[in-house]
Amino acid sequence: MVSITINGETTEINADPVTPLLWVIRDELKFTGTKFGCGKGLCGACTVHLNGQAIRSCSVPVAAATNQEITTIEGLAAGKSKNPYIGQAVRDAWAEFNVPQCGYCQPGQIMSATALLTNNSTPSDADIDNAMSGNICRCGTYPRIRSAIKKAAEVQS
Amino acid sequence: MSESTRLDAFPLFVRKQTQKIPAKITALSVDRRQFLKISGVSVGSGFILAACSEQTAEMQSAPVSCASQHDLNVFISIDCDDTVTLTLHRSEMGQGIRTGLAQVLADELDAEWSKLKFEQALGDEKYGSQNTDGSRSIRHDYARLRKLAATARTMLEHAAAQVWETDLSNVEAKAHAVHHKLNNRRLSYGALAELAAGQSIPDDSAIKLKAHTDFNYIGKAIDLIDIDALTSGSAVFGYDVQVPDMLYASIERCPVLGGKLKRCHEDEARKVPGVVDIITLPQNTVPVLFQAWHGVVVIATNTWAATQGREKLTCDWDLGKNAEHNSQAYFEMLKSRVNEDCEPTNSLGDVEAAFDNAASTHEAVYQVPYQPHAPMEVPAAVADVSDSGCEIWSCTQAPQGARDHVAQALGMAKENIKVNVTFLGGAFGRKSKHDFCVEAALISKAVGKPVKVCWTREDDIRFDYYHAMSAQYFKASFDKDAQVTGWLQRTAFPSIVSIFAPEYGNTNPEWELDLGFDELPVAVKNIRHEKGKSEAHVRIGWLRSVANIHHAFARSSFIDELAHKARQHPLSFFEQIMGPDRIFEPKNENWNYSNYGETTESNPISTARLKAVARTVVEKSDFTQNAAENSGWGLAASRSFLAYVAIASKVSVVDEHLTIEEVHCAIDCGLAVNPDRVRSQMEGAVIFGMSIALMGEISVRDGQVEQSNFDDFLLARMRQSPKKIVVHIIDSKEVPAGVGEPGLPPVAPSIANAIFAATGNRIRELPINKVYSV
Repeated sequence: MVSITINGETTEINADPVTPLLWVIRDELKFTGTKFGCGKGLCGACTVHLNGQAIRSCSVPVAAATNQEITTIEGLAAGKSKNPYIGQAVRDAWAEFNVPQCGYCQPGQIMSATALLTNNSTPSDADIDNAMSGNICRCGTYPRIRSAIKKAAEVQS
Repeated sequence: MSESTRLDAFPLFVRKQTQKIPAKITALSVDRRQFLKISGVSVGSGFILAACSEQTAEMQSAPVSCASQHDLNVFISIDCDDTVTLTLHRSEMGQGIRTGLAQVLADELDAEWSKLKFEQALGDEKYGSQNTDGSRSIRHDYARLRKLAATARTMLEHAAAQVWETDLSNVEAKAHAVHHKLNNRRLSYGALAELAAGQSIPDDSAIKLKAHTDFNYIGKAIDLIDIDALTSGSAVFGYDVQVPDMLYASIERCPVLGGKLKRCHEDEARKVPGVVDIITLPQNTVPVLFQAWHGVVVIATNTWAATQGREKLTCDWDLGKNAEHNSQAYFEMLKSRVNEDCEPTNSLGDVEAAFDNAASTHEAVYQVPYQPHAPMEVPAAVADVSDSGCEIWSCTQAPQGARDHVAQALGMAKENIKVNVTFLGGAFGRKSKHDFCVEAALISKAVGKPVKVCWTREDDIRFDYYHAMSAQYFKASFDKDAQVTGWLQRTAFPSIVSIFAPEYGNTNPEWELDLGFDELPVAVKNIRHEKGKSEAHVRIGWLRSVANIHHAFARSSFIDELAHKARQHPLSFFEQIMGPDRIFEPKNENWNYSNYGETTESNPISTARLKAVARTVVEKSDFTQNAAENSGWGLAASRSFLAYVAIASKVSVVDEHLTIEEVHCAIDCGLAVNPDRVRSQMEGAVIFGMSIALMGEISVRDGQVEQSNFDDFLLARMRQSPKKIVVHIIDSKEVPAGVGEPGLPPVAPSIANAIFAATGNRIRELPINKVYSV
């Protein structure tokens, strides 16, 4: 049994400790907002927060996440993240710019953007490049993601 | 599993949404002729109007209390509480079609946006075609849905006139209610729903479409209807579907198309905790179509166990004759073929004479490698097969086709197969091939439980229906005044037809050449187009804009080469070689051209519109031939899917590193139903096109794809995205043209042309990262 705390709730999971956190979140806990994209930490679709920092859940064994605070997109949208105001500002900016196309990568993009703004309230273009280049968007929403991050930063400050 | 538990397990799209069960209704069938008159689509079974059999006598005095939902047609239902439910029948894969269709329906219905609800249609012929590709949704459905919604609005007016016992001319539908013009009376749509549903369907002459000036939603940048679901994790994609008792399957596929399993050691795999069964999907036959790919399937209680079990398999394959396929050698062969005479497809004048009499000639060969689709969501499907039927949940672009192919694979009547369409996490043509739905169905049938087929990214990259690799040869002649006198172009690429009917021969059908090759000839007196033979060794498929990708790259690059030879500005040379403003009528020139399935009367081919988009991007940007050192601008323009798009790219090349600094795009797609979604499609096409141009390559060695994931197959990332992408939408009231695809073709050549302007180095082979770091 593995004990993990997701979106503020602690659950005992019957899973092999080496199981990637992603599959526990999706298959066992049914939080399917966290997406599978590559399985190797290359695309960012599976990004969640571990104690407020962005991590790729496909490449972290569930054992490494015990006794720590994990937030998924569902938790962020419900205001249960470490910095709920930043999470909401990011989602609001995403809506204002109608960022998503297919939307599949957007939970990961939003988690990365929220973590960026938590660490850096006034990110430059280079900061955005660095923080967001691990999240692939095949539809090509990068220009709007950039605009939305800047808007969320402005709202926060 | 009962129907109700299934609905609980998978309410469409958003978990919070409640499923409406229509109350007792009496179905009235309208005959086929009547249906065709209304809907304009050819489907067999007829148009169902659902209506309460009893009409209320109390309508006049007050809104009627009633708990049921009334279907005015298959797209529009009205609840007595005034809620209008729109059924959206096309697949949402990022193009914003759910929002666009809602705009069209709601506008002609004159509904209030805040009172709308949206449901995704099942795969069913009654909606007309649901095949969401070919940039067809708006261009095919715009007129049809307007008419259907206007018909529903008219039926509401008829109902009100009946209640008030007045002439139809005295009533008017507006803002979700019908108003009496002679007094203050009004009846909401909800109040009229029941009576309206019982009205006979009005004649065409009674249907009045709105004037453009009266549009409330069409032509406006309406926000995405799904924005909350897409930013909260509640949107359900194909990979997200979970139904009770579901098992998870991972497939170890034969590495080469057409190979065969010799033996497989499964013992270690069976020991993995959670693995419940291992089966084999049969060897593929010809034609390969949308068959499940031959392989060994590990079925487990969760995704991780299935993939872990699969890793423990030891399979020995007879790889078959496609194992001789090597893409590098194949390129050389395609290039040698296009360097020689091929089979003419279209011609004008005498190109040989033009070349013989030329003051000078110029020739070039271009090549573009195989491309995968690589949507962020890999193919995904859940199937639940029982003796009585099959239910599928999938991110499919073509639920009707999926239904047909699953029926065929299961040997089951398609009436017993239900296909639910989820959100699609990108598709680009990949998800209109139904192989993954067939896989899920066959596996579910074998194990007798619901099964999700779980592709890995490696599966997605290695077992795609690839955009064909290609070689093209171009030659042109100049007279002594630098006027182009002769034009020869040849193309060779394995055909999409190879997956359907390999016996057709190793040649391309006309429609495939109409994608950018035989599109709009240059205004040159002597022209010949030729096609070369090419055999297929992998599954070939259609990818966003299809053969336009390589054809536009070669043609727009070659036009730019000629501009430089002629020492002319790229825009003025382009305007000159496209000729005076005119409508090109293929029939008059003995030119075969299918015009994306539309007539040239409804969608004429206009050089004026093409030149206008090219002029727009040059004039609205800082396009110059005298850019700063190491930087340059490139221009490309093409017509595809009935829309006209030009791209101007600015690049810099410093220390052998390429940066796309700025991109301007102009599109003339006729009327833009949602300008912001047109804009987002153009932005997306620029990034998608950048990926193809800069880094897109699938190579094959010994029949096996060499790439596997995003570390060896690369896609554009945020740091590579231009800091400035500007989209100019040409204001137009022309009929809507395609939008999802036409942005893509001019992107790669505009970048290659900009690199030439910056460096003098001509890129004729993609991807560009073979030459510059990106």
